[in-house]
Amino acid sequence: MRGERRLLAYWIGFGVIVALLIVAPLVLPEFWRRFVTEILIWGLLAMSSDILIGYTGMVSFGHSAFFGLGMYGAAAALTTTSPPSLWLALVYGLVLAAAVAACVAYFSTRLRDIYFAITTLIFSQIFYVIIFTSTALTGGENGINFRRPLLAIPHLFSVRFTPAVLHWFVLGVVVLSYLLLRRITQSPFGMVLQSIRENEARTRAIGYAVERYKIVAVMLSGVFAGLAGVLYALQNQFAAPDFVFFVVSGEVVIYNVVGGIGTLVGPMVGAAFFLLLREAFSRVFTEFYLIPLGLIFIAIVIFMPRGLLGFARRWLNS
Amino acid sequence: MSGAVVSERTAMPGAPAETAPLAAAAPLLKVDGIHTYYGKSHILHGVSLVVGRGEVVGLLGRNGVGKSTTLKAIAGIVHPAQGQVVFDDHPMLRLRPHKVARLGIAYVPEDRRIFRYLTVLENLRTGLDRRGVDRAAKARLLDKAFAYFPRLAERRGQTGGTLSGGEQQMLAIARAMMLEPKIVLLDEPTEGLMPSMVSQIGEIVGALGGEGVAVLLVEQNVPLTLQACRRVYFIEKGVVRHHAMAADLHVDHPAIHQYLGV
Amino acid sequence: MSVPLDQVLIQTLNGIVTGMILALVSSGLTLIFGIMDVVNFAHGELFMLGAYVGVLTLAATGNFWIALVVATLVIALLGAAIYLTTLRPLIGRDPLTTILATFGISLVLQNYALWQFGPVSRKIEEPFTGHFTLFYLDYPFYRLAVAALAAAIIGGLWLFLKYGTYGIWIRATTQDRVMAQAMGIPVPWVLTAVFALGAGMAAASGVLFGPLVGVNSQMGANWVLRAFIVVVVGGMGSLGGSIAAAIFISLLEAYASLWFSPAQAVIVSFVVLILTLLFRPTGLFVSTPK
Repeated sequence: MRGERRLLAYWIGFGVIVALLIVAPLVLPEFWRRFVTEILIWGLLAMSSDILIGYTGMVSFGHSAFFGLGMYGAAAALTTTSPPSLWLALVYGLVLAAAVAACVAYFSTRLRDIYFAITTLIFSQIFYVIIFTSTALTGGENGINFRRPLLAIPHLFSVRFTPAVLHWFVLGVVVLSYLLLRRITQSPFGMVLQSIRENEARTRAIGYAVERYKIVAVMLSGVFAGLAGVLYALQNQFAAPDFVFFVVSGEVVIYNVVGGIGTLVGPMVGAAFFLLLREAFSRVFTEFYLIPLGLIFIAIVIFMPRGLLGFARRWLNS
Repeated sequence: MSGAVVSERTAMPGAPAETAPLAAAAPLLKVDGIHTYYGKSHILHGVSLVVGRGEVVGLLGRNGVGKSTTLKAIAGIVHPAQGQVVFDDHPMLRLRPHKVARLGIAYVPEDRRIFRYLTVLENLRTGLDRRGVDRAAKARLLDKAFAYFPRLAERRGQTGGTLSGGEQQMLAIARAMMLEPKIVLLDEPTEGLMPSMVSQIGEIVGALGGEGVAVLLVEQNVPLTLQACRRVYFIEKGVVRHHAMAADLHVDHPAIHQYLGV
Repeated sequence: MSVPLDQVLIQTLNGIVTGMILALVSSGLTLIFGIMDVVNFAHGELFMLGAYVGVLTLAATGNFWIALVVATLVIALLGAAIYLTTLRPLIGRDPLTTILATFGISLVLQNYALWQFGPVSRKIEEPFTGHFTLFYLDYPFYRLAVAALAAAIIGGLWLFLKYGTYGIWIRATTQDRVMAQAMGIPVPWVLTAVFALGAGMAAASGVLFGPLVGVNSQMGANWVLRAFIVVVVGGMGSLGGSIAAAIFISLLEAYASLWFSPAQAVIVSFVVLILTLLFRPTGLFVSTPK
């Protein structure tokens, strides 16, 4: 059956890519290893955003808030407790991100479309300003620096986070997140979300508590975005307000749209494409790489409405 | 909704064999086999009709059969996927609505759709700022509109949204007249109006015809249509199924029951 | 914490001045949104480029007023070009795409300015100097002139919309695009013209505001967010509403800066937005639209 063969091809492709990623830190120079790890992290952030934009139809410019607070939560754990604990960093980061997500979720049930989008944008700006100005608490515009904790399960093992180990940890977390999100989007719950995206009034008329679904979607999206923030903190060992600025949210939405929304894989592809392009352009055009990059982005928005993935699919089908 | 076009009309689209030939002069408006889609729904399955110069023609049918869509296709608001619309010897497919209006087709939609936050006068002015209309001509047209619709003259400074349903309908028609059209497409003008207003609409349609302005009247009000129109088309499921002279029809005619009955 | 009266007065004046500029910037934004449902993220960059064109023209001619007019016209043309190439193809698509497209445009324009003019701020000289004394404080004439000019431009816009021939076209198109076309109004041109008009107004604001701050590639980004808040709080598409909201928010921020740092005073506008969205989502100052 064609469906089964396609599924098989998909998993084989998936396996190959994961295998390549596992091998990456062993063959790539450190700069590129780090680059790949960052693609994974941004990809996770973009995937979390896809839950809202692609699956539920709620455009959010607030993911920088979830991401940033995950980052600062981890920073808080790693600078205040001793010895610094990985798991505590995760907990702090996720809880903080979830708290913000709860606020945003509340608004999501009362606002539609463009108003929701602008409110999420304002939210990330509010957090940006608070973080930026509370210098005593957050280090203000300089951010917070900290050391990486150990990858340790008490009484079982303890390993230092070498670049390779960090990469594998991130890869593991991202792959697990992807599989989990995939499962969720293909579940009945995911179907309801997509139904809300297609026609909210009808979904409500059928009898679904649309508000509850939206709240869960926002929480889900926010928590995974916070997770990406924690990973980023681990990778770079600092937290800075720049990541909470709304432009970051804009970039995340760009990855989504460029890759293809509503596909989970699309955003990851979009992040990879965009970051690679940015790297290439910044070498050729030095610091003004954003000009050609921006133009390409605009062209993609106009000419490839379904993103790269959609374009590839159409091309493969024809 | 099958695509088969089974029409009970006779040979030439729109002209029954037993009446005086109107094809001697080329028709003002000729709609030929247009198909439209809304997403994946096939709405019009090959609609064809003609309207002669200065002729008042009716289009009858139940709700949802495609009457409004036919008018929209003529006005350029909906673009047919197939078929042709020819107006005054101009082929009109793919023309934008504002160019259609400037060719001389005025469209008065269902629910009137007057500009609610513009005054009566401003509503009328939207049709007046065209090339070739100088101040004297504008004044003349406005005077004519107010002569036809004295109620509007009284309310000229009021915003459209504050008018009653009947007044809004009058404004919609007056506004269309400002375009000095060759044909007016009227979509269910009497819907929701009181009987006194209904007869007024009938008079206006007659007056338009008398001035040499053609009218394509979509209606569900049979007596009004039979009284005002010279010919009537019957539409069902996106296709013109029957055509007759109004004089040969009456309220209890079997065709009326077939295409409009419950 | 008692605050001296002269401080309050100064902040009131500052609030009004900033508010009028914000109103000018926002009216372009609200006009564009009202007529074509486009959230123009690049509006701040049009403001910024207007200021730069002002700098260049001023250097070439030495006359502030010529610079103001030239900047307005040049950026209006740029606006028309942007609309025709980037936004017109997107009509009818998901609104998200226009937000993204304008976001992309803002990135390109901002970096273009950085590339062409460098990171150092430029200065526009005020056309006239001089203060007047209020109590025992000096308040520059120019600031008041800016507020007056902005008010004049907005007033002119209002008159044009209400009484001008094309003003009626714009209002009709904003209310019902399809019927406007059915009345023979060339809507595609109206849309282009409105975008150009909004761009021109943003550029004028940039030149007027230029002497008060430095002209650099970032100046637009600061205004865009405030302008969005104003447009939403004022009622999207309502010109009168956004003017009232602009002054209201600017006054609140000015007063807030008596107690908080300017960076923190910005939160005031955020809070106002959130409260508005919660309790009066159609807008705090909804007057009759258009």
